[in-house]
Amino acid sequence: MAGSPRSPGRGAPRARVQRSAVAAGLVVALLAAWYLTTGPLELVNSLQFPSPDDAYEALRQLTSPGYAGATLARHIADSLALVGLGFVAATLTGIPLGILMGSSRLAEAYINPVFQLIRPIAPIAWIPLTILWFGLGTAAKVFVVWLAAFSPAAINAFTGVRNVDPVLIAAARVHGASARQVLSQVVIPASLPTIFTGLRVSLQACWMVLVAAELVGSFAGLGHIMIIATRDLNSGMIFVAMACVALLGVALSVALAWVERWAVPWRR
Amino acid sequence: MATLGAPARAHAAPQALSDSAAWRTIASTLGVATFIGVWVAVTSLGLVPPTFLPSPTAVLARIVDLTHEPYSGSLLQAHLLASLRKFGLSYLLAVVIGVPLGLLMGRFRFVDWLVSPVFEGLRFIPPIAWVPFSILWFGTGFLAPTLVIFAGAFSPCVLNAYRGAKLIDRQLIEAAQTLGARGWTMLGQVMLPAALPHIVAGLRVSAGFGWQSLIGAELIVGSTGLGYMIVQGESNLAPAVVIAGMATIGVVGALIDYTMRALEDWIRRDWGR
Repeated sequence: MAGSPRSPGRGAPRARVQRSAVAAGLVVALLAAWYLTTGPLELVNSLQFPSPDDAYEALRQLTSPGYAGATLARHIADSLALVGLGFVAATLTGIPLGILMGSSRLAEAYINPVFQLIRPIAPIAWIPLTILWFGLGTAAKVFVVWLAAFSPAAINAFTGVRNVDPVLIAAARVHGASARQVLSQVVIPASLPTIFTGLRVSLQACWMVLVAAELVGSFAGLGHIMIIATRDLNSGMIFVAMACVALLGVALSVALAWVERWAVPWRR
Repeated sequence: MATLGAPARAHAAPQALSDSAAWRTIASTLGVATFIGVWVAVTSLGLVPPTFLPSPTAVLARIVDLTHEPYSGSLLQAHLLASLRKFGLSYLLAVVIGVPLGLLMGRFRFVDWLVSPVFEGLRFIPPIAWVPFSILWFGTGFLAPTLVIFAGAFSPCVLNAYRGAKLIDRQLIEAAQTLGARGWTMLGQVMLPAALPHIVAGLRVSAGFGWQSLIGAELIVGSTGLGYMIVQGESNLAPAVVIAGMATIGVVGALIDYTMRALEDWIRRDWGR
């Protein structure tokens, strides 16, 4: 947790060195504790938590012959494709809707109440209904991912458009910009930072909902690995799948940050 | 997160007709009417079979039925109570551990350095991904979702208490120290009240995450609760039960959010005067 509001003050570089030393020591200590409690000391049963050997073994099995119907690469590709599809669909539908609601008060009054009616239902709670509607395949997953991402995308686009400085819009009008030009040259660029804030929230929600949907029922993907591994009481496999979920979650955020830097170069 | 209700800056000159309150009320009513009208139309004209989407009246009738005919072992209110008990227990645990931890991290650099790396590492695991280990560690009973709810609710508690503690005026802490405040006194009587507005904001976020994580966990493991009920409805091909359960989940979620928001406003307004 860097960036504390407290003043850096005296001895900041030394504090940073101390901090890294503590962190490094901690990581070494945790790894040692993991190895000792699951291995030589036999304090933790491998049915409860895997030893490093178990985890490595699971990773090897997962990469070369595969587990739960496919290799690790296939499972990852499957999960990423579903998140990508749902997220892009939500971006393409949610942002225009948010912009429409932001630029027309009548449209907002028409759409907003329905939105507020549906929004309190957690996206995760839609999973059974989507299974009932679309089965366990691609369509159900994409739909529920879309649903999770849609409302943060729309709401932030709406807020972004509403908070564009009216002076900017007036200035563009004075210089003879048409309504379409005002929208594409002023309103949308000015609200992009807020839109991207929404997309970041969306993407995390998408990833979580996808894993949940795969846990509830699926044919492939990281959540599928986890649920099969739970049935087999294979803690090493669960561990590897969880680590993949966490790492890919970080990778997705980083990828979105790249897109943001490309699309909003003036932000920093 | 920004809300739709946030009053946006009004455009300089109010546009005469479309901006008037009457037109907006009409549009809002029309919006809800369209939603319900389309739902009624597609179900009553037979465009979708009732096994796909039941009509609103069928869902309402089902909700009434569920309150006096047990479904998958319990009445609707019993499922709701089971969910709330699981939620309450784990949420309390997350608050009781998370808030003091966050305050300590804000107060003592060493605690911050010690906890932050672990915390930052675990934060990237979506709460729902704890379900498998939760099953291995706690079985499939009442305690199964505990770890999952905890994972969802814990980090906003810690983060907001930490931020709140970091923003406390140094002079306040030093004054308390001069007057002899130490340990728990410092934590409970100086830092907790000073950081309370931040903490309560965190409690609201974490209640939302916790509730959502609970539903997710109940979909996968357990034999009671609203999540369990809707999964049973799904496997019995009873969409009316599923939608009735979703409506209950939505209402409870909204009520939790509303209560926490009221608490937050009350503390913002009346605290520290």
